[in-house]
Amino acid sequence: MIWLNIVIQGALVGGFYALFACGLSLMFGVLKVINLAHGDMAVVAGYVAVFLCPRLHVAGLWSFLIVVPIFALLGYVVQRTLIQKSIDRDPFTTLLVTFGLSVVIENLLLELYSANGRSVNIGSLIGESWHPASIIYISYVSLAVLAAAVLVLLALQLFLSKSGIGRLIRAVADDQEAAQLSGANYRHVFGIAAAIAFATVALAGIAYGMMTQFAPTSGGVNLLFAFEVVVIGGIGSLWGTLVGGIALGIAQQFGAHINLSYQILAGNILFLVVLAIRPQGLFGRRNSLA
Amino acid sequence: MTEALLEVESLTVHHGQLCAIDDVSFTQREGEVLAVIGANGAGKSTLLRTIAGLHQPTSGCIRLDGQDITTLSVNRRVALGISLVPEGRRLFSSMTLEENLQVGAYHANPGPFDIKRIYELFEWMPGRRKQSVWQLSGGEQQAVAIGRALVANPRVLMMDELSLGLAPIIVEKIYALLPEILAQGVSILIVEQDVSQGVNAADRVHCLLEGHTSMMGTPAELTSEEIDRAYFGAGLHNLTADSGVLE
Repeated sequence: MIWLNIVIQGALVGGFYALFACGLSLMFGVLKVINLAHGDMAVVAGYVAVFLCPRLHVAGLWSFLIVVPIFALLGYVVQRTLIQKSIDRDPFTTLLVTFGLSVVIENLLLELYSANGRSVNIGSLIGESWHPASIIYISYVSLAVLAAAVLVLLALQLFLSKSGIGRLIRAVADDQEAAQLSGANYRHVFGIAAAIAFATVALAGIAYGMMTQFAPTSGGVNLLFAFEVVVIGGIGSLWGTLVGGIALGIAQQFGAHINLSYQILAGNILFLVVLAIRPQGLFGRRNSLA
Repeated sequence: MTEALLEVESLTVHHGQLCAIDDVSFTQREGEVLAVIGANGAGKSTLLRTIAGLHQPTSGCIRLDGQDITTLSVNRRVALGISLVPEGRRLFSSMTLEENLQVGAYHANPGPFDIKRIYELFEWMPGRRKQSVWQLSGGEQQAVAIGRALVANPRVLMMDELSLGLAPIIVEKIYALLPEILAQGVSILIVEQDVSQGVNAADRVHCLLEGHTSMMGTPAELTSEEIDRAYFGAGLHNLTADSGVLE
């Protein structure tokens, strides 16, 4: 029963990790940009949900309805201005620029909102859970986040494989020059991919704020987990991201069961083992996205 | 037949320090096949890539229907009717045959070609449209690359090294399609290392040697000796003095 609980709790956390990581995977798969500010974007989304939504009289639970569209727009604009400018220089510049962005965001948040932890207020829902067996408690919030992750990945999969714009995104990811020769404005396509990535990371940030507390510097450690998820699952594979998230979650729960201080260590060990045995990740194929 | 469609004027292109194309000029007329031939490294692919917009020229000018397109982006040029089948085919490797064509059709101009028409042109395609392109043979991939460029309904279809890495019989089949494509009002600009293929298919031939124009004319005007000299560069200096082959 203990082991079942470890798997269940790991899978629940893994859903959040997958939601958090899919935008990172998309940005890397399509734009070839490693967005080091990805985690901080999630934190910003959390702050927007905490501070903006009450003013608009939107309950915490529904804050994503406002924050996600804002972040999609923000993603497009940031891509077409800041990130595209750095892509045009050289790939290394994108690392510097997104790292700089990360530093600026963290310090700005510290300045504005102090280092206190915050969370998205969802009332009594936070403590409610389903209790199917003696020691197994399944938090409704975590379950909802896992369901959201599956839905987002499913929607992304459908969008990328069935829609014209989705196909263009995959075309640009496969071969940017050939996509241009097929009439695609790759900068616009990059913008759309970034908009999707920012929208999903906003959702992840709000989910994080509902499940636990965040502070201005929470982005970094979550970014590390997101990297591990993407590498474990396989770069460019959406379902790999989900499996990678769940695998990381279970490994961490397993580590925590042995000794609480081994939680993150166990995740890192899984990451290193996958990297050593299967560097392309569990579901990694070359040149694929959907 | 004599309308100037695509004009390249004094085009010079550098790759860093290297001058890949040096002061090349030519005119592609409406409804003709123009073949640019030349040895490896003569600048043929650079020429096509510059016309497509993938390289910026150092100087010179490219016009389509009299409109200067030298600074336009690649996708703007596609919208105006310039499509390139790139060297090495460059298909979208994560996609099926049909998805490759759908990408080409997404920003298509109105015109005679659509995916259905491509399937008529290449009769083997419909049965295999759901296959991944990496399961296709080289010749089939080349056909998909041509189809992907054609569905955009270009006015000038540029094809880079069609015959590279393909069996002669496959190359012959692909060249046999050109009249059908021309009949739809598409002009064709091909780049070939295989001189006989290029010369046979073309209405006019333009030979490049180390980035310079070494010869141009119609296949009927040119003897194979002249072509050899222009292609390999042997006796180039004598050539300019006497026969006026170099315009």
